Amino acid sequence: MNQFQYNKANESLSAVKLAAKDPNAHFLAGGTNLIDLMKMGVVIPSKLIDINHLPFSKIEKMPHALRVGALVTNSDVAENDLIKSHFPLLSLAINAGASPQLRNMATVGGNLMQRTRCPYFFDTTMPCNKRSPGSGCGALEGINRMHAIFGASEQCIAVNPSDMNVAMRALDAVVHVSGPKGERAIPIADFHRLPGNHPELDNTLQKGELITAVDLPYTPFTKNVYYLKVRDRSSYAFALTSAAVALYIENGTIKEARLAMGGVAHKPWRLTIAEEFLKGKAVSEDHFKQASQIAMQGAKAYQYNQFKLKLAPNTLVQSLKMASGIASS
Amino acid sequence: MKKDTIGEPLNRVDGRLKVTGGAKYSGEYKFPNLTYAVLVPTTITNGTVTAVDIRAAKYAPGVLAVITPFNAPKVPGYQPDAKKPVKGLKLFNDNQIHFNGQPIALVVADTFERATYAASLVKATYQAQPFETNFHKNFDSGVTPDGGKYKDYVRGEADAYKNAPVKIEQEYIQPSEMHNPMELHVTTAYWEGDDHVTVYTKSQGVMSSQRAVAAAFDLEPTNVQINSRFVGGAFGSSLRTWPHEIAAVQAARLVKRPVKLTLTREQMFTLVGYRPLTIQKIGLGATADGKLVGITHESHSQTAVYEEFTEGAVNVSRFLYQSPNANTRYKVVPLNIGVPAPMRGPGESTGAYALESAMDELSYALNLDPIELRLRNYTDADQERNLPWSSKYLKECYQLGADRIGWSNRAQKPGTVKDGDWLVGYGIGCGAFGAYRGHAEAKIKLMADGSVNIQSATTDIGPGTNTAMIVIAADTLGLPAEKITFDLGNSSLPPAPTQGGSSTVSSVGSAVHDVCVALKQKLYILQGKPQDSTDDIDYAGVLKQQNLPYLEVTKGSQSGDNAKNYSMYSFSAHFAKVYVHPLTGVVKIKNLIAVVDAGKIVNHKTAASQMKGGAVGGIGMAMTEEAIIDDRFGRYVNGNFADYHVPVNADIPQIEAIFIDKADPIINPVGTKGIGEISLIGVAPAIANAVYNATGIRVRDLPITPDKLI
Repeated sequence: MNQFQYNKANESLSAVKLAAKDPNAHFLAGGTNLIDLMKMGVVIPSKLIDINHLPFSKIEKMPHALRVGALVTNSDVAENDLIKSHFPLLSLAINAGASPQLRNMATVGGNLMQRTRCPYFFDTTMPCNKRSPGSGCGALEGINRMHAIFGASEQCIAVNPSDMNVAMRALDAVVHVSGPKGERAIPIADFHRLPGNHPELDNTLQKGELITAVDLPYTPFTKNVYYLKVRDRSSYAFALTSAAVALYIENGTIKEARLAMGGVAHKPWRLTIAEEFLKGKAVSEDHFKQASQIAMQGAKAYQYNQFKLKLAPNTLVQSLKMASGIASS
Repeated sequence: MKKDTIGEPLNRVDGRLKVTGGAKYSGEYKFPNLTYAVLVPTTITNGTVTAVDIRAAKYAPGVLAVITPFNAPKVPGYQPDAKKPVKGLKLFNDNQIHFNGQPIALVVADTFERATYAASLVKATYQAQPFETNFHKNFDSGVTPDGGKYKDYVRGEADAYKNAPVKIEQEYIQPSEMHNPMELHVTTAYWEGDDHVTVYTKSQGVMSSQRAVAAAFDLEPTNVQINSRFVGGAFGSSLRTWPHEIAAVQAARLVKRPVKLTLTREQMFTLVGYRPLTIQKIGLGATADGKLVGITHESHSQTAVYEEFTEGAVNVSRFLYQSPNANTRYKVVPLNIGVPAPMRGPGESTGAYALESAMDELSYALNLDPIELRLRNYTDADQERNLPWSSKYLKECYQLGADRIGWSNRAQKPGTVKDGDWLVGYGIGCGAFGAYRGHAEAKIKLMADGSVNIQSATTDIGPGTNTAMIVIAADTLGLPAEKITFDLGNSSLPPAPTQGGSSTVSSVGSAVHDVCVALKQKLYILQGKPQDSTDDIDYAGVLKQQNLPYLEVTKGSQSGDNAKNYSMYSFSAHFAKVYVHPLTGVVKIKNLIAVVDAGKIVNHKTAASQMKGGAVGGIGMAMTEEAIIDDRFGRYVNGNFADYHVPVNADIPQIEAIFIDKADPIINPVGTKGIGEISLIGVAPAIANAVYNATGIRVRDLPITPDKLI
């Protein structure tokens, strides 16, 4: 590990100022991803700004949303009673990620910032446009079994590895940030970005901006929800494909649906056309299958992830069945 | 009256030490002036390193030495005129690069962090050459290994299956699989003078480590002391002394201080072996009523360009079933990769995956129950060596396992048994592994208080060896286990073989048995009784009566000639019950039953634990483990614990071990045959066959990940 300067931030304004001054400064929260990347030489910060003492560790009830502080740990979110009653989908998704030890350390803000697990990004001897812009994409013609089927570019086919983000995308979370130019709120749809020609940018944060909280607007999705993660082993594995499903069902009819997928794109992937399709439809496996086929429009696979073209819709169908209660366990 | 202790479930005698952190592993010994070594791996895959710029590293804080191929002190055993030339990679002895990850420098510093940082400052210049890591592309350049053991085998007519009324011809792929013990490989070495070295290292054989270090540095073996008291798993990765261990000893000699070298997890993927990627072709031919008429088993495995690795991947097809015709071919494909190493159930588990999958395929082709097919081809003698079995209870294994797993609930037609949305399947996979016994010595010391200490230079990589030895001694001496201690893991103790090939209880256990008998005989003689008396002995009393402060006996032990007249194997039948989700391809293993004919079981508790550990290894082989190389770069893309998937707790079902527990009358005085390997051999095909029974999908390339089942 290379030498770096360590700063403990006591208030957010000074943290933001410090970060804005140094192009190579990084905020440190739970450290479950950043420290690994530093050990691998993938990220070489000149300065770590430890934000763990900032007052962002509360879950608060606001009039229109539940506000989750950026430093609340993943475990605390998943086990929180307000979350479990109002946003059970988020709880399910978080508990599908990583391991208990990691969830105890990882924070909400950090999870939003989680880097891809693409092996070419992690191995500094191999090409990766995300780590080293212009070096090429190692995965495009490499071992791309875990990679994107939606929204990728010739520059990058990596996926966002988070489970939490997928549920947040379905729940229309809003990310609050504080930066050198003041505070702003970013809808989660606009927070993560597609790789395009700048895969080095995972998100739309400006230099020095710090995540302070995530708002979860209240929804009617408290009952018919499910997060299904298909993976190579039962725990501590990233998704091959995952599906966050939130349904509002009345008398066997779907009044509203929210669908998002993980393991398929550079950002948590929302399936709005499939949502529209399901609106007003009866709960049935046939409708779920049709919705899943609609969801797959525009999908493109590479040499080793062809299976995702089938696994992704299957995952969505099964998650819809589980959410609506028509799957027999 | 003597009470039988053999077989009694005795808790691990070092269990408390292990769970409280009191057990000291090789990396945990502290020495004054300890220094830390870190390796610098190459990033090319073939060629030469033309220069190594060590200036920045050398002057980094705390750095004591930087060893490269251009400045390394000569290792005598690496030289052409060596008395005992060292085999394999001669690290830092020349500038040839054979595989990606091969170390090109070693940095020694006063702290681990400083050594790690300095290692990052080492810059190498290379002359890269084209390389080959792609096994499939180089399949046709496979060569038949040297030595008679691996030459083509033919019994009756070769490829006779081709003309049989019913035949199966299929290819099965076992990917590269890493041992990945939880404990990293660590070596700490310090020299006293120029001719005496002490080494703490993760070793399965302190005597073989002693021989290897002595040969490398041209020392008297007695001047090399190897310690390996506790080993946090090895699975075959510590059967040999690796080049980096020699490098650590070399570095300690150079800096004249103790040096500790710990591999990183990533380095564990390139420097300490693995189960080689193997493609196997099986041909089975049978009569319409299910009698085998021909078995053909061809195997191609990875090996390194700089050293040939071989294992018994085709052996099991020569003797497991009755067949007038059987032939095997075995080839290795040299590639620019690190050399493989035996991994638990070496070769045989790879071979059994192919043979037992093919037997399953044949059973469906014949529309015959897979157990019935095995019964129709049961063999009461070893057709390969034309010898009787020393003991074999595989039929009983089939029966016990079938009853226990609920085989009667299995449907012959795949995909027909359901539980909710889940498809349910049952599978069987069998295995065999040679039961060996090597020469071992043990020393016993009877103390004035009637307690005994026994010593032998074996190791315990996890099965509970000292516990088993104490059970054997307690049984033979008629003493309670609490009165007995057993020392191992040090090369200055009476010599014993390496812990490998499931042979420790057979070899060292026999020495312990024999030395206990020798002590009793001595005590009878001291009392003026015939040496073969059977009276109870008052151990403390005899010493007191004879006015002896203690009594010591050392005894060597090995098989007699009788062993040559028998074929000796442990046998297993593994049964799996699986659930498969038809939409997501997710497999849940519901139940695993391992039924084993391994002779007499010395300690049912530790033996059952060992069986479960082997089954977990089998689940990894079947379901999750695969080390993947990007052949454009020659580098592993999943060389870490996040991306290389060993099974997690949630993947592991209830596992039950059932022992036939009948003493083998031939192999050794206790009648044990060994369970280390057989606990894994046959598990993967049992699971794969169950998955087929559930889904009708035959996975012929492990691991069985969800994508292969949708």
